Amino acid sequence: MAQEAGAQPVVLRLSEISKSFGALKALDGVSLSLARGEVLALLGENGAGKTTLMNVLFGQYTADRGSVEVMGRALPPGAPRAALAAGVGMVHQHFTLAGNLSVWENIVLGTQSLWRGRIGARAARARIADLAARFHLAVDPEAKVGRLSVGERQRVEILKALYRDARILILDEPTAVLTPQESDALFATLREAVGQGLSVVFISHKLHEVMAIADRVVVLRHGRMVAERAAAETSAPELAALMVGGALPESEIAPRPAGPALLRLSQVSTRPEGRAPGLREVTLSLHAGQITGLAGVSGNGQRALSDLVSGLVAPSLGGFEIGGVPVSRWSPRAAIARGIGRIPEDRHRTGTIADFDLTENAVLETYARDFARHGWLDWRAARAHAEALIRGYDVRCPGPGTRIRLLSGGNMQKLILGRVLETGPRIILANQPVRGLDIGAVTYVHNRLAAARDGGAAVLLISEDLDEVMKLSDVIHVISEGRLSPPFARGAVSVATLGEWMAGAHFAPAAAGKTGGAHHAA
Amino acid sequence: MRLEPIAAPSLARRILPPALAILGAFVVAAVLARLAGGAPFAVFSGIVTGAVGSKFAALETLNRATPLIFTGLAVAVAFRAKLWNIGAEAQLYAGALVTAVLGTGALPLPAPLLLPLICAVAMLAGAALLFGPAVLKTRLGVDEVVTTLLLNFIFLLFVSYLLEGPLKDPMGMGWPKSARLVPEARLPRIVEGLRLHWGFVLALIAAALVWVINARTTLGFEMRAVGANREAARFAGIPVTAVTLKTALLSGGLAGLAGFSEVSGLKGALTLDLSPGYGYSGIVVAMLALLHPLGVVAAALFVAAIFVGADAMSRAQGVPTYLADIMLAAALLFMVLAILLTKFRVVRD
Repeated sequence: MAQEAGAQPVVLRLSEISKSFGALKALDGVSLSLARGEVLALLGENGAGKTTLMNVLFGQYTADRGSVEVMGRALPPGAPRAALAAGVGMVHQHFTLAGNLSVWENIVLGTQSLWRGRIGARAARARIADLAARFHLAVDPEAKVGRLSVGERQRVEILKALYRDARILILDEPTAVLTPQESDALFATLREAVGQGLSVVFISHKLHEVMAIADRVVVLRHGRMVAERAAAETSAPELAALMVGGALPESEIAPRPAGPALLRLSQVSTRPEGRAPGLREVTLSLHAGQITGLAGVSGNGQRALSDLVSGLVAPSLGGFEIGGVPVSRWSPRAAIARGIGRIPEDRHRTGTIADFDLTENAVLETYARDFARHGWLDWRAARAHAEALIRGYDVRCPGPGTRIRLLSGGNMQKLILGRVLETGPRIILANQPVRGLDIGAVTYVHNRLAAARDGGAAVLLISEDLDEVMKLSDVIHVISEGRLSPPFARGAVSVATLGEWMAGAHFAPAAAGKTGGAHHAA
Repeated sequence: MRLEPIAAPSLARRILPPALAILGAFVVAAVLARLAGGAPFAVFSGIVTGAVGSKFAALETLNRATPLIFTGLAVAVAFRAKLWNIGAEAQLYAGALVTAVLGTGALPLPAPLLLPLICAVAMLAGAALLFGPAVLKTRLGVDEVVTTLLLNFIFLLFVSYLLEGPLKDPMGMGWPKSARLVPEARLPRIVEGLRLHWGFVLALIAAALVWVINARTTLGFEMRAVGANREAARFAGIPVTAVTLKTALLSGGLAGLAGFSEVSGLKGALTLDLSPGYGYSGIVVAMLALLHPLGVVAAALFVAAIFVGADAMSRAQGVPTYLADIMLAAALLFMVLAILLTKFRVVRD
């Protein structure tokens, strides 16, 4: 339950908000309140429900249950303008600015009736200049937005909200696009704003920023509020553990001696892709007969490592060996040929072709090698293979001619699992293998992965769910900002220690970077 | 209101909307025919009679369908792989140009050697014209809609220049027209005395081959996979760039065949009015056929029948032939809507 925050009046109150999409409970009874002059950080993994909650507040979604109150007055559900009119301003991750207009035109845009004819430019500019000075938002009102840097555009977005008399500012991942210097400037602005009686909701999954700016932290996980802490009474490692799941579950697999290293990365770096970090001098060995778990807060390089192992991306630096043989000419097809079975993170977009039937999806990786001769496909053999997978992996479906988009996520994942395991891979990449599955399918997938490990395969398990990693892994690495921790043997590490590594502590400083007292805990 | 995808559309839902779309096109045409001063029933019966009412009319429809099958296949192959080839018109002219150059006595070969050779080179010419935009797309991300569309104008102006200059027929009384093909370079008629040439049979064979490629070969599987989900195809190890380039070669080659068939089978010479927009009509044909190669044959016959029938109807009823364009445009628009309705249902919030 939300506690009343200090003596200041509550300006925003969300009560018992629930929202489901089909069988998925995106929000389950979430309540929170925001006081005048307070910075509240909303923390959670991708899919934890942060964005859904804000969409309910802004009337994009209608909640199944619960109510929204701003300044003590209830907002009508499903009315996007009501929140704006009540004084709530939101700065989205993707800015909504017109590049060919000037800064002040963008700010004024939409605030005045079309029928007035005259914009009242002088008064508007004076007001913008005043706001910019008051909140330390340095930006030239006459500049064309198209020429501004990302940081400057964000300032324009904030000015836009302030110009509309927003009393509550919501910032969705505001620092994702900023340099550290710009982030510092943003924090200065936010402190000024709360000093003048505004309230801020700060959505993020960057722990050190949350610790730097927030007064209070609310952690969402799987659509539920799992914790609420005053920032002064918590720590980054505790928050990391809360985000990814806290308890220390018993390991579910019997220990087993490790075999030889089948895949070896030494000092491997990859290029960052967009906002996702690349790998930074990662050293990793995957051993036969072991499950190696990768823990970490999402967006810290999991994608880069997965892309590397699955063949989509080649190292830009460092050594990469499979079975003792250095890798050259790296591609998805080369990865399959080298005996890597890949379970991708997104089974809908990457793992399957929705409009293809089960047969076509079953042979998607092996059609050329196993089901064709001189360019002619043997559909009879392909169909028999699909039928074998359907039986062997308990895929519930009307038949191999069914389009795969009609299957549930669990059955889709079982088909992918079968497609991967039936090729007898020596190395298995399992990226978020049970995300979104029901409990029965989760157990099934985990048992199959454990069986493959017992059969001598080297498994790399990437998951944002710490419980899953700790349950299945023989060895655990933590990934943080593209860097990899040393391996921790199963049972030899506490959740608190893993949380510290996730929050970025303990890593050696970058060679050209700061000096400091980081130490290795391995 | 919003659209909600339907998991498993029923048979009725897959058939009814397209049927209603064709019907809707006729209703629109009937209203317009009325406004133009014609009696709708007489106009429609005039179109039907004009298209299939006599042996002559039916053969004319088949002749008109021939280039549409080729360009329709070209577009269907490309669109299936999400390669947006809007340049079938230029690729058609590339094939026609090669035919006019090689078929006017430059190569002293007998027909059994000369025809396959010209046919192959015409395909290569069409393929080459789409290969450039495909390379730009895969290497630099240049939008092929823009490049292929604009190449149409560039290439037609190039052909126009050749017909006014180097290729101009000295015996052509000053008209911009190439010299006539030698008899060895002409596709013969299927039956002596009837105006239907072997190009039509070639088009049917091409449709069957494309169908076999799509359904039975690894290339067809790869083209469909790349079109249906590029990211999943790449992840599964399908060489997406190579497949896109192969698709371009096949698509351009099919459009090039249209030009070969028109010059060698029908016209016997290259002129600037060789194609009344067959390249663009190919898009209509492919969309009406839902990109299925055998559907292309049916759609091409339908489109050709309306064009040919409307010509005859116009002479008899005095209603402008533009009615045919409007009917096809309406049929296409309704069909696009109908396809949407086979996959989605409209839900009121």
